[in-house]
Amino acid sequence: MDQLFVNLKAWFLNLLGLFLPDWLVMLASIVVSGVVILCLGPFIMMYLTLLERKVIGRIQNRYGPNRVGPWGLLQPVADGIKMFTKEDIIPAYGDKLIHLLAPIVIVVPALMVFLVVPFGRNMTAVDLSIGALYFLAISSITTFPIFMGSWASRNKYSMLAGMRTAAQMVSYEIPMTLAIVPVIMMSQSLSTGAIVAAQNGLKWFVFTPWGLVGFLIFFFCAIVECNRPPFDLPEAESELIAGFHTEYSGMKFAFFYMAEYMNAFTLAAIAVTLFLGGWQGPLFPSWLWFFGKTFALIFMMIWFRGTFPRFRVDQLMGFAWKFLLPMTLVNILVTGFWHFNPGAVGWGVSGAVLVGFFFAITALNRPFVPEKRIYELAE
Amino acid sequence: MKHFFKKGSVPFWGFGILSGLGVTLKNFIDSYFKKPDSGGVTTIQYPEEKSADFEAARNFPFLVYDETPEKPRCVACGICERECPVKCIHVVMAKDEAGKPLRKPAVFDIDYELCMNCGNCEEVCPFHSIFMDHDYEIASYDRSSLLRPMSKLLKSNDYFHKVRPVDAGKTDAVIRAAQEKKAAATKQKDSAGGQ
Repeated sequence: MDQLFVNLKAWFLNLLGLFLPDWLVMLASIVVSGVVILCLGPFIMMYLTLLERKVIGRIQNRYGPNRVGPWGLLQPVADGIKMFTKEDIIPAYGDKLIHLLAPIVIVVPALMVFLVVPFGRNMTAVDLSIGALYFLAISSITTFPIFMGSWASRNKYSMLAGMRTAAQMVSYEIPMTLAIVPVIMMSQSLSTGAIVAAQNGLKWFVFTPWGLVGFLIFFFCAIVECNRPPFDLPEAESELIAGFHTEYSGMKFAFFYMAEYMNAFTLAAIAVTLFLGGWQGPLFPSWLWFFGKTFALIFMMIWFRGTFPRFRVDQLMGFAWKFLLPMTLVNILVTGFWHFNPGAVGWGVSGAVLVGFFFAITALNRPFVPEKRIYELAE
Repeated sequence: MKHFFKKGSVPFWGFGILSGLGVTLKNFIDSYFKKPDSGGVTTIQYPEEKSADFEAARNFPFLVYDETPEKPRCVACGICERECPVKCIHVVMAKDEAGKPLRKPAVFDIDYELCMNCGNCEEVCPFHSIFMDHDYEIASYDRSSLLRPMSKLLKSNDYFHKVRPVDAGKTDAVIRAAQEKKAAATKQKDSAGGQ
């Protein structure tokens, strides 16, 4: 059961080996993995939209979509058909080529990140030796297509949104990268497979003080990186109409949407890989553990969306630079201490340092509240 | 430590965020396990479920007949026609061959497109003939089908009892009382004439 999909692929390739030469079977092996990922991405995206609408509905005491098919399971298909049949509008004075390219380019990095995600034991498409670095590099490309789209739209609101995206993504790239550093230090590898292997047998990194803090910081940054509420400043319906995709309609808009949801999935998947032990877990098959943990994190994301109002721009920037960045630096220090003193001593000292630093930094960041004026003559 | 558990206090940075998450999680879980009036989902799934009908609900007027549709309670007095604020009622009194008016309508049309469901016609009718119905599923693709002629407006007293039992009972009592009074009066008159 654990190796179900791996065995399925091996069986299929053996079947091909009966008719085809060896080099073609090699090629087929690559194609099979590629096709599975290319189908998995959009499929997951479709049902994430449904899940999101359902959960948000339940949070707001509604049912959510439940009309198309049983429990609304065909709703994403109906949405897809609607998107395909909509008119595609290109702004008259926009940059037509870049306007066309942006939604195409944004899907590519979203799909490429799937390559290094270990879905289960022996189920990584390409176990790169620089997996974590690859993920960071590819996922930060997302900024460019968003900026391309906003620039090519020739729309003031889109332009504002593009600027916000650039600022937000570049700022949060830094604490996100630094939050991963402790994991790399402890597992002594950049490969996602090796990182998962280092968390063997419930020694998940999240069960250590530095892992917990790192996980929280990484998760926050991940939500910001994929522009999900409450950090959806680039889209900000109320202020910027729809932000960078104001001028997009039909399938181009759907591509932006798709990239956003696939990013949400891959970022949750990477968070699981790095901090929550990836596919490690007792009893159940490894891929079930992986998807279970990932969807738990996605549920967290949706839960956040259903709870919080949007951040203000300066607060968002301040949160990254004044709070998350110092926390990650202290976290790296604590990880070094933990490496030499794990166990009770490590827990006590590093826990004390992290909690102390948390309170210190929140005290330092306390906003200046001017003394309340009392107008004596007013009454 | 005491201020930690006081309501409205903020013991540490981020406490408000966590309690906000608690509220939404509670709503999420309650939506599965609780009844609408105690925090569950309040949506009524319309075509399958309908909200409970209640006596005072009203939408479009209909005419009541007692035994057969040929004998409506309406006497074509035209008060409702005059009182209707949007002028959606049209009444013509029936006449016999000699041109003598009969006490019943020849034409009684109500344009449901115009009707604004005010219920004035029900209030002004002195013959307890026109009442507001509870049938709201009358949408149609055809405008002309919303102009209801008398044949479609006439409904039996039993139907009236079914949709509005209390009001129908009261109306019947009033009519019976009036009939008894009238019968008593004629009896008295007869007996007085007999002496």
